[in-house]
Amino acid sequence: MRKIISLILSVVMVMTVFTACAGEKKVTTDGSTSMSSVIGALSEVFENETGITVAYNATGSSAGISAVMEGRCDIGLSSRSLKAEEIEKGLKETVLAYDGIAIIVNPENVISDLSLENIAKIYTGEITNWSELGGSDAEIVLIGREAGSGTRDGFESITDTKDKCKYRQELTSTGDVITAVASNPNAIGYASAASVKDTVKTVTVDGVEVNEENIKNGAYLVQRPFVLVTKEGSKLSDNAQKFFEFITSSDANEVITKAGVVPAN
Amino acid sequence: MKKRDKKQLIEHIVHGIFAVLGLVTVASVLIITIYLIVSGMPALWEIGITDFLFGEKWASTAAEPEFGILPFVLTSVYGTAGAVLIGVPVGFMAAVYLSKKASKKVKNVILIIIDMLAGIPSVVYGLVGMLVLVPAIRILFNIPDGSGLLAAIIVLSVMILPSVIKVSVTALDAVPKEYEEASLALGANANETYMRVSVPAAKSGIAAAVVLGVGRAIGEAMAVMMVTGNAPNMPSIFQSVRFLTTAIASEMAYSSPGTLQQNALFSIALVLFLFILMINAVLNFFLKGDKDQ
Repeated sequence: MRKIISLILSVVMVMTVFTACAGEKKVTTDGSTSMSSVIGALSEVFENETGITVAYNATGSSAGISAVMEGRCDIGLSSRSLKAEEIEKGLKETVLAYDGIAIIVNPENVISDLSLENIAKIYTGEITNWSELGGSDAEIVLIGREAGSGTRDGFESITDTKDKCKYRQELTSTGDVITAVASNPNAIGYASAASVKDTVKTVTVDGVEVNEENIKNGAYLVQRPFVLVTKEGSKLSDNAQKFFEFITSSDANEVITKAGVVPAN
Repeated sequence: MKKRDKKQLIEHIVHGIFAVLGLVTVASVLIITIYLIVSGMPALWEIGITDFLFGEKWASTAAEPEFGILPFVLTSVYGTAGAVLIGVPVGFMAAVYLSKKASKKVKNVILIIIDMLAGIPSVVYGLVGMLVLVPAIRILFNIPDGSGLLAAIIVLSVMILPSVIKVSVTALDAVPKEYEEASLALGANANETYMRVSVPAAKSGIAAAVVLGVGRAIGEAMAVMMVTGNAPNMPSIFQSVRFLTTAIASEMAYSSPGTLQQNALFSIALVLFLFILMINAVLNFFLKGDKDQ
């Protein structure tokens, strides 16, 4: 009898713990590291308005997508469109914003404009010396991201250089790319326009500068979508639904713009 | 009588708790081993063991993916060998100096500094390597980019210093004073005594230090990732290269689960795990040899 009572008691205790968790006002997001600044800004405003906290786990686009699939988070964040096989598995994408990918060089570099074609030629190894583009006589050092990175995927699909890039360095974060380009006078790299700092120089592509207007109207060619990933058919929790509605509404546009990307809605 | 029973019961319970806590370690090792084997085997089957281990090209996300890890294996072996080649002589000499020649005060101060060196997180090694060493190599050798195998070797050789020095010092300190006194009494000078008597007497401990250094070097990921450039090339001293550890670390975050890419990463982990097991076996061999003496 005593045993049964203690068993029941412990079950009740475990249940309380679970309900306490569910009752906590929390939305979990998981995914693209490139989206940290925009999600950070959005969740701060959302938290101030509603008191619901938003957790953000920066794991990478594919990790975020699989987290949604396995139900480990409410909303997945991806800096690439979903692949056909991911949509087949029952996932749904909603574009939150567009991110321009900036082409960056060292501030000492005299080059300030590159055509999309030349960027592709540089990355595929057809052009190997800055002098071929009117710069100083030095070998071009290609800096890129690791296989599977959303930024790399975005860059390579836009420039049509998939699997053909001859990287000298494949780094694992936007910050690393910027640091590497900043410390090598002959380097070229690509990084999310939102996170580019003054330590590197952003070149214009086909004469078009990376800025909000040019990304929105499509004049700037190197850009990619920031996508919210949810499960098709299954309902979000009330809190997650509130967050989702808030960030895709026009009320959020100002915040998204401030974070350096261009709102889609 | 009853009191004794109660005492015994408590004794048993405490014993049980300690046993369970002790088993946590064993369980972790077992779980990791089983998990690695289970998740590492599918890709090995699918790719083929020879193609996987001896393939020279790694292009995991290409339209026609290729999964050859020979460049990673060779890079890890060369990188570790290079680090040992630089780190061990330096560490060994330092240990001889600390154990035999340095005054007690100097020895204590240096040992504290070595402990600090051991405590520096690997990401800090990587950062300093990235911002100081890589540009220095670029300028010194007049090459377009300084990141590569050489930078990794230098960083790793510094990283293995603490374990090499500390284990060697312990081994050298443990050499019986009588050996050295006998040698000195026979007319050998101090240097001869240290190199011909103390060092051979401590050789299994020093060998263990070397193997420990190898283990540290081959398992390091973070610092290496920041200074090697990470392109999957065949190893060459100034080329951008990828180690076994960094191959896993750099692609895992973005690989989608269940794909051949991620399975292949688990297979790399399995290969790395086997390397480490081998190193541990060698280490145990040396340590056991020490005890048998």
